[in-house]
Amino acid sequence: MPRILSAKPDSRLIPLPWQTPLAQWPEDHLVALPRGISRHVVRFIKVGNDVYAAKEVIETAAVHEYRMLQDLAREDTPAVEPLAVITDRRSVDGEPLDPVVITRHLDFSLPYRSLFSQGVRPDTVNRLLDAMVVLLARLHLIGFLWLDVSLSNILFRRDAGEFAAYLVDAETAEWHEELSEGQREHDLMIATTNLFGEFSDLEAGQLLDESLDPLVLVDTITSRYRDLWAELTGVEEFAGTELDRIESRVRRLNALGFDVAELDITTSADGSRVRIQPKVVDAGHHTRRLLRLTGLDVEENQARRLLNDLDTFRFRTNQQGVDEALVAHQWLTQSFEPVVTAVPAHLRGKRDAAQIFHEVLDYRWYASQRENRDVPLIDATHGYVRDVLEGLPDEAMNSRPLSEGSRQLANPFDPSQGYLDEDGAMPDDPWELEAEDVPEPTGVLDIAALRRGKG
Amino acid sequence: MATVSFKDATRVYPGADHPAVDKLNLEIGDGEFMVLVGPSGCGKSTSLRMLAGLEEVNAGAIWIGDRNVTDLPPKDRDIAMVFQNYALYPHMTVGDNMGFALKMAGVPKTERDQRVMEAAHLLGLESFLSRKPKALSGGQRQRVAMGRAIVRQPQVFLMDEPLSNLDAKLRVSTRTQIAALQTRLGVTTVYVTHDQVEAMTMGDRVAVMKDGVLQQCDSPLTLYDKPENIFVAGFIGSPAMNLISGNVNENGVVVGDWTVPVERSVLAKASGEDTLTIGIRPEDLELADHGIAVDVAVVEELGADAYTYGTLSGLSEDEKLSAPQIVARLRGRTPPERGTTVRFAAGEGHTLHVFSNKTGDRLS
Repeated sequence: MPRILSAKPDSRLIPLPWQTPLAQWPEDHLVALPRGISRHVVRFIKVGNDVYAAKEVIETAAVHEYRMLQDLAREDTPAVEPLAVITDRRSVDGEPLDPVVITRHLDFSLPYRSLFSQGVRPDTVNRLLDAMVVLLARLHLIGFLWLDVSLSNILFRRDAGEFAAYLVDAETAEWHEELSEGQREHDLMIATTNLFGEFSDLEAGQLLDESLDPLVLVDTITSRYRDLWAELTGVEEFAGTELDRIESRVRRLNALGFDVAELDITTSADGSRVRIQPKVVDAGHHTRRLLRLTGLDVEENQARRLLNDLDTFRFRTNQQGVDEALVAHQWLTQSFEPVVTAVPAHLRGKRDAAQIFHEVLDYRWYASQRENRDVPLIDATHGYVRDVLEGLPDEAMNSRPLSEGSRQLANPFDPSQGYLDEDGAMPDDPWELEAEDVPEPTGVLDIAALRRGKG
Repeated sequence: MATVSFKDATRVYPGADHPAVDKLNLEIGDGEFMVLVGPSGCGKSTSLRMLAGLEEVNAGAIWIGDRNVTDLPPKDRDIAMVFQNYALYPHMTVGDNMGFALKMAGVPKTERDQRVMEAAHLLGLESFLSRKPKALSGGQRQRVAMGRAIVRQPQVFLMDEPLSNLDAKLRVSTRTQIAALQTRLGVTTVYVTHDQVEAMTMGDRVAVMKDGVLQQCDSPLTLYDKPENIFVAGFIGSPAMNLISGNVNENGVVVGDWTVPVERSVLAKASGEDTLTIGIRPEDLELADHGIAVDVAVVEELGADAYTYGTLSGLSEDEKLSAPQIVARLRGRTPPERGTTVRFAAGEGHTLHVFSNKTGDRLS
């Protein structure tokens, strides 16, 4: 009987065909969603009305990944939500099968290969890299050494005009009290090598815009990461007469989306020199503020955009002196909710609510410019639905067929298996043929063989 | 190619009571295959990461060849790490999958192609170079990952449990192939594993660690035949060496109703100790008329050998639960039946290991 390790047991998992290797699961349990390439067998599975990601991997890795993802959730770091590990699997013949890690499918998530297969503008690529760099820095701040940073191991979500990055794969990751310079540099080196490989691969598949050079792209990652890290953690020293620089530093960090929970300030004995260094910074500055004011839980840049609109609303309704929470409630019921409810239900799977609101604000700005008048929000919403949203693909559960350019995947459920149009049988491999003769290992040290070999 | 030296290298994690690696001294020869082995938390991975530049060295130094690399960033150390995690890119050929990091490093195309070809030759992957990687097996994928490290032509290879993702059978064949490949390449290699069978079959020398301290570094056979302390004696070998503690008398060590004979000169080295531990490898035990009495609990036949597992005779059922298991490997004869009591003695010409209980050190 398979065992299910889970903090939130889901009885619908029990009747699934665990006695079958994941690669051979019947198609009626599977959903073909776009995703990155992987070393292990990964499938999206239908469980009731939910879609989960299932990954078959050896036991130590499975349990380790489950725990890592749980810890990340506790730290409020963007990562997929772990649901269960299925262990003690056996095939019908009694052969042991590797455990399966189950995570929840991240709604509205966009794997990089599906973004690139539709053609990506060069500036979009830079936004994706920015999102990845922010994720990496956030992980490093909390002592999380990833050791397998790559686009395949990240999911992107739209975040107003930017992207938010989520960690998908934590199999190799480690927690440390604090990361050393060498550890962070190593993670960065892995990131650049993996991303260079991934961009080169997209280039080879003619999916990368010709104006983009993989080498330049990965150099960008390094420099942006270092800049961000210096801002988040760097020591700043200045004359005692420039105390406004403390406030400036905090504001810069807020603008980057971080709150300063602890700032170390030391002054020289005579007060002529001041030294500051952020000790604890938390991501989600705007997200937290919006959540506090409105109860809306959205991505960081979406929150920034919504908060800006809230400020504009306050100004327009001439309520500068009124309690912010009261105004926020009015904004929610008079601006945000009417826009969201004006979107026909069958189109709501195309974008999440905050993203729709952001895009309506953009639409209204352009419409107002064009028509030289202040277009009312509800009119802009109808125009946006008609002109934009209707034509967009569904992203809640991104279900376009998996193809890259004109090529068709050999297995619609697994992009790691390449394409249909590729050459036939593989040549013989002398090493594999030799390996076939290896007897089943017993775990016993054959000292006699060792003596013969080394003697 | 280069030597690697750990000189009193120490790593203390912030807030920890004990160093994760304590004054490690280890000289690794040019072209040598050195395996670091030990139980979880012994400091083997930390040592490898100190060499890689991923862990700070709090005291002491690390040298690669004639360069002190203690404070160098990882990328300036001229090392290549082989990981258990690697991605193969579906649009790129196997050759490009092996050589892409060289392209990133700005190596010219002709040189890249040549290095990839050489690595493919060593790895038996020549006929796969122009193929897309989609149909590669797990072992072939692992070799492409090795190829990525080989084409970089580093001074030192570092491998941290590179086979842990492979199934048991593939691990066995791949470890043989990696060891043979390393011999051909002649590049100094430091390999970390928790699996002592893997360590013993792969390494030129094996460094056994425990609690951050190097216990012994020797050739696999020396470790096996002459473990320097009780820990190494118990850790190396599978099934493990039988280690039995008993009172000392003038002729040897008393185990149950039998005195295991120990030479006077050995006993003299532990003149202040009332008890000593004797160690006998399972294959060194033979059925005898006089010897250690053992109640046989399990008999397992493996090929031409039979393993018997039991405990010292005369123990109560409760005592048996916590008593050390005594294992014997008997060749070419009818094994005893379970539930019977038999006597074992160290066979003619076989080694008896004697250890101090005070220091754990070898006396014999």
